[in-house]
Amino acid sequence: MVRRRLAAAGALVAAAALVLSGCANQGGGGAAQTSQAPAPAQPNNAALPAGNGQGKCAPGTSIAYVGTLAGQNAALGQAIANATELAVNQHNQANPGCQVTLVKSDSGGTPDTAVGPTQAVINNPAVLGIVGLPFSGESKAVGPALNAAGLVNITPSATNPSLTTNGWTNFFRGLGNDAVQGPAAAKWIKTKFNPQSVCVIKDDSDYGIGLATAVTQALGPAAACQGNVKTNQKEFSATVGQVQQANPQVIFYAGYYNEASPLVQQLRDAGVQTTFVAPDGVKDPEFVKNAAGAANGAYLTCPCVPQEGFTAFTQAYQQAYGTPPQTYSAEAYDATTILLSGIDKGINSRPALLNYVKTYNGQGLTKKFAWQPNGELTDTPVYVYRVDGQNIVTDSPI
Amino acid sequence: MFLDRFWANTINGLAYGSIYALIAIGYTLVYGVLQLINFAHSEIFVIGVFGVYFTFLALGFQPGAAPNLPIGGIIADLLLAGVVGMVLAGAAAVVLERVAYRPLRRRNAPRLAFLITAIGASFVVQQLFRIFRGSNPEGTIRLLQPEPVFRVFDAPVTNLQIIIVLASIAMFFAADGFVNRTRLGRGVRAVAQDPATATLMGVNRERVIVITFLLGGVLAGAAALFYLMTIPQGAVFNGGFLLGIKAFAAAVLGGIGNLRGALLGGLILGVVENYGQSLFGGDWRDVVAFVLLVGVLMFRPTGILGESLGKARV
Repeated sequence: MVRRRLAAAGALVAAAALVLSGCANQGGGGAAQTSQAPAPAQPNNAALPAGNGQGKCAPGTSIAYVGTLAGQNAALGQAIANATELAVNQHNQANPGCQVTLVKSDSGGTPDTAVGPTQAVINNPAVLGIVGLPFSGESKAVGPALNAAGLVNITPSATNPSLTTNGWTNFFRGLGNDAVQGPAAAKWIKTKFNPQSVCVIKDDSDYGIGLATAVTQALGPAAACQGNVKTNQKEFSATVGQVQQANPQVIFYAGYYNEASPLVQQLRDAGVQTTFVAPDGVKDPEFVKNAAGAANGAYLTCPCVPQEGFTAFTQAYQQAYGTPPQTYSAEAYDATTILLSGIDKGINSRPALLNYVKTYNGQGLTKKFAWQPNGELTDTPVYVYRVDGQNIVTDSPI
Repeated sequence: MFLDRFWANTINGLAYGSIYALIAIGYTLVYGVLQLINFAHSEIFVIGVFGVYFTFLALGFQPGAAPNLPIGGIIADLLLAGVVGMVLAGAAAVVLERVAYRPLRRRNAPRLAFLITAIGASFVVQQLFRIFRGSNPEGTIRLLQPEPVFRVFDAPVTNLQIIIVLASIAMFFAADGFVNRTRLGRGVRAVAQDPATATLMGVNRERVIVITFLLGGVLAGAAALFYLMTIPQGAVFNGGFLLGIKAFAAAVLGGIGNLRGALLGGLILGVVENYGQSLFGGDWRDVVAFVLLVGVLMFRPTGILGESLGKARV
């Protein structure tokens, strides 16, 4: 009992110290102060799914969401699927002359499970365009088939840079890739913490490996230690030991929330209080929930734009799904809007919609959408978020 | 690096290996009696995990940081959750045997058919959990915050690890004693050694089989409690897959069909894979585990202690 009390007292002191140091950090930089409420408001000229209400299209015209619904890291996919559905519903309500059907197809979230469901969508002639796939690994696996089918494919969240280097003409990325996010995260880590050493830990996914490479390069010699974990790993004593040995000032974890939650919990259990920074794959309430208290204070970088300011969208989402929109909901909403606006203009074939997206130039909720020939955007904002108790709050733009 | 972490790795490996060992006993017992690799055993374990988790929920715990309870309350709650997990997993194992294996046995199905139903049953249970509970892990509920109690050569030993290792060894001895010293256990060994003769001698073979599944399931339920205490994010539909494979490897490593082999195999596997990932990096963990298995089988094809549930010397 005495030992427990002592430990509890120690934990209290440590917590108090953490809180104090946290305050000190925030007070330190003027920039941090001014960026406390950086969530942008809805741009005046943002395209919305409702359009002008004059849309005309053939009955049965469909677009599809392909991505995880119940598979690996499903919460990330559900946030995208819901926003896609919301956009289609709003569109159909506003456009009596054009009722678009949304086909939802569960890819399972992994490269080996995604091929079948994607092929089913390709074989459905009513589907003119796809929102998805959410993850990089699965996008890579199904990319050739989608390209061969000439089916336009806007991903709201797959960030592996190599996806746009395959010569696919149908692939468009609705956000900055890891070659943007990685250096941005590294730059932010450098300016905020000026660390002597950073541990970059990555999982074995295309996403994790690509992002870790980008971050490591951008950090330069400060990236002193490298750790590897595996998808579905739950026991991280070796990685924890490695971090204890290296004793870095910052840990960057390149991977998804599924592994990040037990990892950060086991780090904190072992007494490692090092700042934990992770990317968009971890930015989900599931991370906070599954890491219990251990997620508190973690920083999350993301090429996603804070959604609090888009009040009309967030309220509609909240009303429809009972939760606030999550990571990449707004990006998915924008991507869906783009496809729907083409259909409203009377486009009724895959090649025509593909061409429409290729030459699209317009403001969305999150950013300006105009693609380069390779399918990357020119406007790619990155933000930092922070876990504050049970919530993920916007910290600052990078 | 390796030497600095030697004791920490050993201690972590023993604690995690104990969980492997408890699951491995289930594989080994069923194999010893039926020469059947019960691939659905990992799902029995997952049923135990969810049983433990739902008991936590029913006791009023919510996902979040560990609550500050008196030590007596924690022990009582953990015991209750463990008992529920063991009962559920044991019952599930018996039901599995009745639904998936007994009808085949009645019809004298070839051994391959059992293997297929085992894999099928495994998928059915797994996907049922996925349909009803989704694919995200259940929110973390943790009753006991791990805290170092003492140190071995500077490596901390946590309260959790002590509980797991001691309780696993106690359960192992209970199971070993049951098989070796009781009347029912003698029946189990008799059926393992020679089912036909055992039946002639008045041993009820069907009852022995049910007991074997029950015992394996109960131990998997206990492993489920220890696993969820170590990895609170473990309550997820596919949480048993890798653990099941590792436990099966542990059973083969120690000598499948051999209770003591399962314990030894589990502990060795847990420790060696920790050494491996410390030496070569985290992504080498499974490689090291299975290279070890292959290496041992090359020199001792029946595992370290040999297949011996039915042999006189057990």
